[in-house]
Amino acid sequence: MKGALSIAGSASRLEAAPIIVVFLLLLLLFMITAPGVFMAPNIYTTFLSTLPPLILLATGLTFVIGAGEIDLSFPAIIAFSGFVFAILFKEYQLGWLAVAIALLSGVLVGFVNGLLVARLGIPSFIATLGAQFFWSGIATVLSGGKSYALRGAEESSVWLWLVGRFQFGGDPYDWYNQVSVQALWTALIVVFLWFILNRHRFGEHVLFLGDSNDVSRVVGVDVEKEKIRLFTMMGALAALAAVFLTLENRNYFGNQGQGYLLLAIAAVLIGGTSIFGGRATIIGSVFGCFIVMVIETGLVASGLEGSWVRTVQGLVFLAAIIFYLIIEEPQRWRAAIARLLPAPLAPSRKGGDEHPA
Amino acid sequence: MGMDVAAARIDYTHIVRLEDVQKHFGAIHALKNINLAIGRNEIVGLIGDNGAGKSTLIKTLTGVLKPSSGHIYVRDRQINLEDYSVGMAHELAIQTVYQDKSLGEKQPLWRNFFVGRQITNRWGFIDIKKEKEIANDILKRAIGFRGKGITVDSNVKQLSGGERQGIAIGRAMHFKADLIVLDEPTVALAVKEVRKVLDFVRRIKEQGHACIYIEHNLAHVHEVADRLVVLDRGEIVSEIRPQDMTVAALTEYLIEMQNRT
Repeated sequence: MKGALSIAGSASRLEAAPIIVVFLLLLLLFMITAPGVFMAPNIYTTFLSTLPPLILLATGLTFVIGAGEIDLSFPAIIAFSGFVFAILFKEYQLGWLAVAIALLSGVLVGFVNGLLVARLGIPSFIATLGAQFFWSGIATVLSGGKSYALRGAEESSVWLWLVGRFQFGGDPYDWYNQVSVQALWTALIVVFLWFILNRHRFGEHVLFLGDSNDVSRVVGVDVEKEKIRLFTMMGALAALAAVFLTLENRNYFGNQGQGYLLLAIAAVLIGGTSIFGGRATIIGSVFGCFIVMVIETGLVASGLEGSWVRTVQGLVFLAAIIFYLIIEEPQRWRAAIARLLPAPLAPSRKGGDEHPA
Repeated sequence: MGMDVAAARIDYTHIVRLEDVQKHFGAIHALKNINLAIGRNEIVGLIGDNGAGKSTLIKTLTGVLKPSSGHIYVRDRQINLEDYSVGMAHELAIQTVYQDKSLGEKQPLWRNFFVGRQITNRWGFIDIKKEKEIANDILKRAIGFRGKGITVDSNVKQLSGGERQGIAIGRAMHFKADLIVLDEPTVALAVKEVRKVLDFVRRIKEQGHACIYIEHNLAHVHEVADRLVVLDRGEIVSEIRPQDMTVAALTEYLIEMQNRT
């Protein structure tokens, strides 16, 4: 017992160690089932340009879910801020200003989410679901449902600095010349936010909020202010993801964010952030993103039909949640089992639980 | 602000005084004409049935809830109720230990000691090493936790009920509270744990501070309080000195009060 405890103790000190092992095992599996893809370097440099938006979203969601809230509106922010960026960049040639305004638009949406949740006390699930419909509607109305091709964008300094490729000489299409700058920006942001979550006052407040709003209030955390900050930050990160995505694709289309809803939430929960709040791991979320992306690529590369991908992802997602439920809330798990078992087998409910007063 | 508090600390009669405080929740009149003064070195027991308004009263007193009307004085100075908050109560050296609501369950003890009052650099980054050092000191000296495998890195989840109360009271004392409000600290505790908590309560007074002690268990509060304030349906109905009434008589009195409708 004691030995098991100390092993569990040292494992928990290494943040997200179990999920890193799961990722490596999956990678190994796909290296065996699809060696042509996973034993070559190209796939990994490709990941450097496809993963960053997902990782930015998952990092933001780590805070949101860690605080015991949820944000379902980020796909709409990707649509809305992506549109703001695309039109200002293409039609008005605003360059860097277009980036700034697009980020501001995300901040604005996030701030409004924060107000709805913190000031009006609407559950974040409902508030951000409403926001999702509203802002994606606005994006559709403003864009008229059209997509915007950003032809020639790669000539601009915006493209070069945000999503350009590091050049190491030789064939520009060879794998080592496909390392995207956005991976670097994303890595810097993730490291910074790791420090914010684990070492900063705001991060501590987020974790206490997830633990209990009542306790937070009692110990002097400004619950409303921190929640507004939380959703505002999520909005900013979603807007940055939108800019990366639009630039990378050199194209804006209205539903470019939709695919991320499940993936980002799944990545965070697979990574080990508690669905009940109070415990959050950014390293876990990043590896959760790796897992989600590797499953998608790996299944297709292993010869499974694309239509199976979502099914398997959903399955992994549910399996992960059940796994953490057993670990984290064994009493809930036991209660669930007890409900499923026929009455004589279920543990007695008599005594013990009553309030002594 | 800091200067003000320091100056005000030197000389005052009452740490807190409520004057004609009312609290409404919609149609419910939760507190009626509350007049209550707490001296600078006494333990005041607050008793009354469920729903008598005990919790509402202390929440109002500590800045969690805003009164609908009335005045609050801290160290004989009137507080602007618009600004009054938990943070301000902390600055004024008023600390509350809520039953089950004082500690973040999933967080380590060192974070629990300092949350809301972190030791940070100017950018808001926490000095973890220093916080852990001080937390360890509180744990070992002020609270007297030794051995038992509990460290500043332990999660609150791992602690017993009495230990939790000890942590919360130790935290309040560390932050030099002049008034500690305890909300049913002995609920659901084993007899041995209750003894520990009552010792903590006595220590608050020995160190020259004041305490408001809410309790269901009349024997516990009767044992440590200097006077007992009885609340009924949002009103203060009487004040009793423990030496004037036995626990049994006090119980009779409260039951009779309940039956009188």
